Amino acid sequence: MSYEPKTTQEVADGLAAHGYLADEGLVTAVFLALTLHRPLFLEGEAGVGKTELAKSIARWQNAELIRLQCYEGIDAAQAVYDWDYSRQLLHLRAAEASGEAAQSGTAELEGQLYDERFLLKRALLRAIDYGHTTPPVLLIDEIDRADDEFEAYLLEVLSDFQVTVPEIGTFRTDNPPIVILTSNRTRDVHDALKRRCLYHWVEHPSFDREVEIVRMRVPEASEVLARQVAGAVEALRAINLYKPPGVAETIDWAAALGRLGITEIDETVLDRTLGTVLKYREDHSRVRDHGIAGVVQQAFDRGLLHG
Amino acid sequence: MASFTVESNPDRLAVGFARILRRLDIATPLDSVLTFINALSLVGIEDRNSVYWAGRTTLVRRPEDIAMYDKAFNVFWEHRESVVADDDEQLKVTLALDTEDEGSADGNADASDEPTITLRFSGVETLRDKDFAEYSNDEMNQAQQFMQSLRMAGPPRPSLRMKPTRSRGKRPDMRATVRASLAASGEPMRRHWVEKGDKPRRIVFLLDISGSMEPYARALVRFVHAGVAGRQRVEAFTLGTRLTRITRELSSKDPDRALRAAGENVRDWSGGTRLGETLRLFNNEWGVRGMARGAIVVVLSDGWDRGDPIVLAEQMERLHRVSFRMVWVNPLKVTPGYAPLARGMAAALPYVDDFVEGHSLDALEQLTKVINHA
Repeated sequence: MSYEPKTTQEVADGLAAHGYLADEGLVTAVFLALTLHRPLFLEGEAGVGKTELAKSIARWQNAELIRLQCYEGIDAAQAVYDWDYSRQLLHLRAAEASGEAAQSGTAELEGQLYDERFLLKRALLRAIDYGHTTPPVLLIDEIDRADDEFEAYLLEVLSDFQVTVPEIGTFRTDNPPIVILTSNRTRDVHDALKRRCLYHWVEHPSFDREVEIVRMRVPEASEVLARQVAGAVEALRAINLYKPPGVAETIDWAAALGRLGITEIDETVLDRTLGTVLKYREDHSRVRDHGIAGVVQQAFDRGLLHG
Repeated sequence: MASFTVESNPDRLAVGFARILRRLDIATPLDSVLTFINALSLVGIEDRNSVYWAGRTTLVRRPEDIAMYDKAFNVFWEHRESVVADDDEQLKVTLALDTEDEGSADGNADASDEPTITLRFSGVETLRDKDFAEYSNDEMNQAQQFMQSLRMAGPPRPSLRMKPTRSRGKRPDMRATVRASLAASGEPMRRHWVEKGDKPRRIVFLLDISGSMEPYARALVRFVHAGVAGRQRVEAFTLGTRLTRITRELSSKDPDRALRAAGENVRDWSGGTRLGETLRLFNNEWGVRGMARGAIVVVLSDGWDRGDPIVLAEQMERLHRVSFRMVWVNPLKVTPGYAPLARGMAAALPYVDDFVEGHSLDALEQLTKVINHA
């Protein structure tokens, strides 16, 4: 059985010790997912740390992370299992060459061919047919990119944690993996799938939390710089941008500034490093129209270490 | 208004809360409630935040519902405390929420089951080029039949999903080849192939429901319904002073129910227009994120916009960049001597691939052709 935390505080501490600062809502969601053994469905803007959470849970639980990146057209052969065709063909040829094929009937040959040793286990089957005592963390990333057919299949797998390979039989587990699904919400995922899961909408972190995150992830950044970066990002999010910066961008930016040996944000610095935070040309011109000075001012105010 | 009786027992508490949520149209199936009860047994019912988050992770599944959930939770929590105070006494609480609708879910039984199409067809024939603005209610109902017969297929796009093919494709189908070679004792004599399948392109309808569109909107929403109910991967939104997604409401096959549901959900019928602003919302929340990518986007609007035309142009440009084809349906286009004088229309036109009429059944048939051959 997977490890079950006793309190939400334990979850918060465990994640923090492995580099993830979660707010109360997310901590409760993770706590419930681990204790109720339900998949956790995370939705939110790109870059708020959905994928990172799964990685942190895996580190905390000392479990293997099995990641299934979804994309359009993904099907069972890529997500669940496939046969190792070249080895199957080789086996057939060998059987024929040694005269074994002539002796044994087609049925027996087929039995040899569709054996577990020719089975290529993909992420979902691997997570279910998992030998160790610590179950893995199964990350099903960007489920909204897969198509409806795959969603229906996933629903089946997540309901019973079993997979049937017609030629061999059914794989099932009493020790189900910890399942995290993420979606950027480019389309609505079907209700039936969401209903199997616990749901959490991940928000951008508050200013103070973001400062903590930067301090944790970019230790070389001073507190003043961390506060300024978080302040500037806060100001940028308030402007009507196409793609407001996520936590990932905040961390990248702080790291970039650290690398450049910069200790305080000023207008030149912001102008020169805007590309690490904003990835649309229109957003760049919007910030410049809005006034770089204003953003820098807010960053400066936030940077002050008042009590 | 509705009244609920709730006790301090966690089970009943959870069930009572679920009922409040259902009243607010947050889908709350029984299995979610059971999960909620389990969650409560883990986090306890003493701490407000714990109960709040336990409920939110188990009962809410869409970010749109969070605001409603918060509202319901506040009311629920307040009266829950008074329940805890006097333990075993049942408290009756009347809940007044600031949603005006008292959804009469099964008000009038459906009066559908129309007679045969052939009988109606002659009626429709006379209507075909009549302007929607001059329709009576009866005529509208007849027209609906016709609209439902319009099939929106849209050009397919290649899917990444593979399907078997007879012709020699680019990719061998190893699975089938191995199967076949069994019969030939291991000799891969017959090779099988796969190729990419086809998939219908998504169609996104953006229907302007501002005051100036009123004569047409009631007909066009029926057309949009026919599209949404007719096939998969069709999305519908209304544009007014705000943006409302009506895909779920319109997906009911029964037109009366669908239109009623959509009508209840949309709060800004015949209000003002902020085309540019609502398009920006659409782009940010849905369109550019993925819904409009590679899709056929159909805007149904007269192009009157009270907002800044620069904003509209900018948003049209964004949408045009990700979509497969932009179609603009303007019911006023047929007016003799029409020129796109509306500032919004003029700003949007450079980004429109097909500019078509939409004032009559004939025009809608034409529009269907445009969509199908886009």
